[in-house]
Amino acid sequence: MKTRTFLLTGLVVALLLGGVASYYASTHPDGLEHVAEQVGFGDTADESAADGPLADYEVNGVDDPRLSGGLAGVIGILVTLAIAGGLALAVRRRAPRDADAD
Amino acid sequence: MHVPDGFLDAPTSVATGVVAAAGIAIALRGARRELDDRTAPMAGLVAAFVFAAQMLNFPVGAGTSGHLLGGALAAVLIGPYTAALCLAVVLLVQALLFADGGTTALGTNITLFSVVAVGTGWLVFRGLQTVLPTRIALVPILAGVAAFVSVPVTAVGFVGLFAVGGQAPVALGAVLTTMVGWHLVIGLGEALITALVVSSVVATRPDLVRGARPALAQRTLEIRQSPTAGGAVS
Repeated sequence: MKTRTFLLTGLVVALLLGGVASYYASTHPDGLEHVAEQVGFGDTADESAADGPLADYEVNGVDDPRLSGGLAGVIGILVTLAIAGGLALAVRRRAPRDADAD
Repeated sequence: MHVPDGFLDAPTSVATGVVAAAGIAIALRGARRELDDRTAPMAGLVAAFVFAAQMLNFPVGAGTSGHLLGGALAAVLIGPYTAALCLAVVLLVQALLFADGGTTALGTNITLFSVVAVGTGWLVFRGLQTVLPTRIALVPILAGVAAFVSVPVTAVGFVGLFAVGGQAPVALGAVLTTMVGWHLVIGLGEALITALVVSSVVATRPDLVRGARPALAQRTLEIRQSPTAGGAVS
């Protein structure tokens, strides 16, 4: 498989996971949250800063939960890809020659 | 396992912030050796994939869920230093855009995910690789084992921080046993997802899997009849 095909396939899989499959994810508290509630330090969590247009993986103003969550997932994936990919490209060793070859 | 604001006191959060910053500085230096024109796009993809996978909470029973940490997965795919950077980017995006994990707890979360989870995952993986036969078929299995171990170890890491800076007077023993108990179960999910993802990448492009390089190098030495450099110019 060519590198470009591989990378695009991987990105499509990630977008489907975050944009579509995430709707079906469990909404139960995760291990740490559950333990915090069970043991009794859950109420020390400070959620006051949790507002913002994409808080809790929902796009403000989009009412349909499937669309809102899916859109939030897609945005998050693309932002993460851009920052991490950009950072990796900036940090990488550059080939002294064949710079344009792939 | 994203730690929210408020669980840990300010001095502990500052201390983990320092650890996280030092970790990122070390990772930036180390990642330079891991990244080239071919692997840099892979790093972006792995970060995006971990972000997506962390949205997929799977049920682990009794009203609890877990999701991938991705430390071992990222380390095996792109190397530990780059993995640490990628996890830090994922946590940054989650905290700043999605209010998932506190902003004052960002250092804590980077310490737990980028340093503890990635570090444990990579050390277990490489440790097993050195004592077991170098076979490419083993790479996904070892990645799965490393992923499994990384989850309860990261949970213990949190309990350690909670012991120092926890904001509620609760019995530490109870925090430790319940954290480790639940995260052993979550670790099984982590292991399964990691093994599946690594095996699909190994099946399609083993050359893009950092952890497969020892096995690939050995295989190449066995097969090659003439030393023509088959596209491996770098």
